[in-house]
Amino acid sequence: MEIPYTVSARPDTGLYNAKVGIWLFLASEVMLFGGLFSAYVFLRVGALPGYWPHGFLNVPVGTFNTLILIGSSVTVVLAWAALKMRQFMRYKFYMAITILCGILFLTIKLTYEWPAKFHHFGAFIKKDSLAKYEPYLGNNYLAAKGLTQRVEITGDLENEDALKDDSITEYDIRMDAVNADPTNPESDRPTFWQRPVSDKVAMVDKADVEYASMFYPRHSAFFSTYFLITGLHGLHVLGGIIVFTYFWLPVGANLYKKNPEHLANRIEVVGLFWHFVDLVWIFVFPLFYLL
Amino acid sequence: METSTTIHSHDPHEPHGHGAHEEHHELGFWKKWVFSTDHKMIGIQYGVTGLCFLFFGFCLMAMMRWQLANPGVALPFFGPLLARIIKNDGMNSGGVPGVMTPDFYNSLGAMHGTIMVFLGIVPVAFAAFGNFVVPLQIGAPDMTFPKINMASFHSFWVGGVIMLLSFFSPTGPAKSGWTSYPPLSDLADPGGGLLTGQTLWILGMVFLITSSLLGAVNFVTTIIQLRAPGMTYMRMPFFCWVQLVTAFILLLAFPPLEAASLMQLMDRVFGTSFFLPHGQTLSNHLVNVSGGGSPLLWQHLFWFLAHPEVYVLILPGLGIIAEVVTNNTRRPLWGYKAAVGAVIGIGFLSFIVWAHHMYLTGMGAAVSTFFQTTTILISVPSVIILTCLLLSLWGGSIRFTVPMLFATAFLPEFGIGGLTGIPLAFNSTDLYLHDTYYIIAHFHYIVAPGTIFAIFAGVYYWYPKATGRMLNEFWGKVHFWGSVIPMNIIFFPMFLQGMAGMHRRGFDGGRTYDLNKPVIHFNTTILHAVWMLGLFQIPFIINFFWSIKFGKKIGNNPWNSTTIEWAAPSPPGHGNFLEPVACYRGPYEYSVPGHPVDFIPQCDPQGPRTDAGAHGH
Amino acid sequence: MEHPPSEHSHAPHPDTAHHVDQHVKGYLAVGAVLGLCTLLTVGLSFVNFGTQNANIIVAMVVATFKAGLVAAIFMHLKSEKWTIYRFLLITLVFAIGLFALTALAFSNPIRLN
Repeated sequence: MEIPYTVSARPDTGLYNAKVGIWLFLASEVMLFGGLFSAYVFLRVGALPGYWPHGFLNVPVGTFNTLILIGSSVTVVLAWAALKMRQFMRYKFYMAITILCGILFLTIKLTYEWPAKFHHFGAFIKKDSLAKYEPYLGNNYLAAKGLTQRVEITGDLENEDALKDDSITEYDIRMDAVNADPTNPESDRPTFWQRPVSDKVAMVDKADVEYASMFYPRHSAFFSTYFLITGLHGLHVLGGIIVFTYFWLPVGANLYKKNPEHLANRIEVVGLFWHFVDLVWIFVFPLFYLL
Repeated sequence: METSTTIHSHDPHEPHGHGAHEEHHELGFWKKWVFSTDHKMIGIQYGVTGLCFLFFGFCLMAMMRWQLANPGVALPFFGPLLARIIKNDGMNSGGVPGVMTPDFYNSLGAMHGTIMVFLGIVPVAFAAFGNFVVPLQIGAPDMTFPKINMASFHSFWVGGVIMLLSFFSPTGPAKSGWTSYPPLSDLADPGGGLLTGQTLWILGMVFLITSSLLGAVNFVTTIIQLRAPGMTYMRMPFFCWVQLVTAFILLLAFPPLEAASLMQLMDRVFGTSFFLPHGQTLSNHLVNVSGGGSPLLWQHLFWFLAHPEVYVLILPGLGIIAEVVTNNTRRPLWGYKAAVGAVIGIGFLSFIVWAHHMYLTGMGAAVSTFFQTTTILISVPSVIILTCLLLSLWGGSIRFTVPMLFATAFLPEFGIGGLTGIPLAFNSTDLYLHDTYYIIAHFHYIVAPGTIFAIFAGVYYWYPKATGRMLNEFWGKVHFWGSVIPMNIIFFPMFLQGMAGMHRRGFDGGRTYDLNKPVIHFNTTILHAVWMLGLFQIPFIINFFWSIKFGKKIGNNPWNSTTIEWAAPSPPGHGNFLEPVACYRGPYEYSVPGHPVDFIPQCDPQGPRTDAGAHGH
Repeated sequence: MEHPPSEHSHAPHPDTAHHVDQHVKGYLAVGAVLGLCTLLTVGLSFVNFGTQNANIIVAMVVATFKAGLVAAIFMHLKSEKWTIYRFLLITLVFAIGLFALTALAFSNPIRLN
């Protein structure tokens, strides 16, 4: 027994089964990421002034990753085209590049971007204590310019024990440039290149801190949303890499010998998934890294 | 004989198969019973597993009703047994074996709802009947993606096991309602890590959602791509239409809940604050989280799924009833086109009514007006479908077979359930009725003497096709009468309790508030009816298993039905049909004037060619 | 390396091969445009368009344009079948509904006066 229209199209719909299936699946993924993006919007719009940060993500690295993913979208469609034109070695070449791009994307994210966050620290200052830390926040200057207040001091935490040990009553923070020099117009908005951590250390009393943590998901609504969306997106990238690898290795690629059109269809279908993953990133990048 | 394309296409690009009847190599035990890719076996797997979960959910409810009728009294026999198993003295309140704690009552409530909805009704009504019947009704050899079908079932039972395992969690199972509203759901049993009941609930839901999504993709693709030649959309049995719409609903409504579940998981396990605002306290202490979240965000994302979900619960039932009614009245479905239009309308509208569950969250006039308008609108297609079913009885030569008994009872019960929803649609009346027993009565009338009766009707109707034998008719009638009477005794008084103002989810059965005094006594009546209802499921369970071996043997078409599944052998083999099938007419060509027999099968090449509405409807 | 023709043809269908070949140049061109648009997005993010809302709109317009190219060209949506269009249309309606109606609820709270 074989299922009809697995490879060739059904005449009235003009589609083969897997293509219908993948588009339905992608429709559900639109709703999934739609739900997540909606959450992003409502959490961001509902955030109190100063609580939704800017400039914490590495823009050059994010830009590079975006270009990598776009490149892999190009190579995957070239891989499919090669199969349709029965150029098997060309297919393997482009598919290998696609897989490598995906691996590079994940590697950069998991070995550089995320760990860099986990080693960075931020402390939200209580509303009543904001005046005390004016030299690091510069709120008078910001108010005069009509810009949103700052409520957080960020940087490298010199005394990491302070996180666990309640007997330590302050955080010693080697501040980011924006807190070291808050009234410098350069600090008004994020820059393209990340500015290095300054030499100035702020001693922030725990009693003045509303909430503090390393830049883990728990740190703020911003990071919760960032890690969730990029994490879920990363899982999708990983899934795509696994399936592509299956179809690159003999176990999957050997379908070419029996039925090359069938393999072409499968690559088309997984390629559609991959393009969708790229599409999501096209929105994630500006929403988190730039805006 | 038509020369149109058969289901075996001879396209050189098609995978090289050997034809429909050649695979006689015997499948081993695992490939046949556990890792089957055959839609019929998967349907049966879903069906049996789902029915077991339905029974388990029933038992949870029975325990709750005991507590409500006899608060603080030990549950007889089972109570002391459970006292030893349930953690945290859930059934050992104050050291008295068999007495339920309030926390455990809440857990029973949360798990009863979750299990009945996601592990009971959806797997049985949608997945079990859908998987078994739909490919047969459209004349297909199987689903388009058999392996994904198998994956869907395995994802389902794994999710179910996780849910069951949560009963053994050190902190007890989920206890924040099936709706899992934060902040309670975020903060219940803090510090418990991955093994808390609520966290396991979330993990279980992820597997169940995955299962539904995979299944939905399969159903839609199969119905679009594998209809037999001549089976146009308007010649499809109504059951296939409801399954198509239900699959679409599941496909598009579940993902936002998946997103929200991931957020709640992160709140519980990673300490994020997706749903916790600034200044959140627990037991008068500030919770150590960043804040900045919104509890209402969960409600919107949850109900975005959960409202369409209730249509997922009823639509397959309506489809089953349509099949049974047409077959047993020997008449076509009255208003087939209207019914199809109505189902599509329900499918669409179901996505834009959800906030009628949130009238008490402080929504203003504009948004409340929008949702109450769409909610009232959606009652129109629902009434259309019920009207079509009722009018289908008119002038019919009704055979009161056991399926038809359940179908006949379904109609007024669904009517009661649907009509009692009208006051809930308006935010003004809902302000009073929200979270009372009125709500419980409303939705249970739709799912319990509604969908569950449709499920029973479907079981009695299609059991012969699946097994080649009939269920015993006498015990079927006993099952019917023993179910329909208690069902109404259980749920009707709840309308009265709700209108008196009795709140739901109350561990004490309403005794805290004087306003409940006149209606408390119903708790006892309801409990007695629950025992009766449970008792009368026993003949059904015995009948179900006994008849596999000893039921009356029948041929292909014991009910003299028109739809294509009855052209296959009982039970159908691999590939379903002995010869390729095509469709020549509408699905309900019963009592065609001038025809010698009172039915013409859809796939019979002899006989007039028609569409579904050919008889002047 | 061409495989010898068999019943599952390893020689491309003549229409398909030519058709696809034409498109390869298009794919490369679109890829280049996407890369440039990415750089454009980054560049524009350092231009102040007045209000924050305006900045967001600019970024989203560029992102939508990029997404549109990926969808239309790489995902072949430009020449897809109506079945697929219907799926996507209905999805769009519901995605917008989810967002818009939730936004309506958040922006329209009950008032005491």
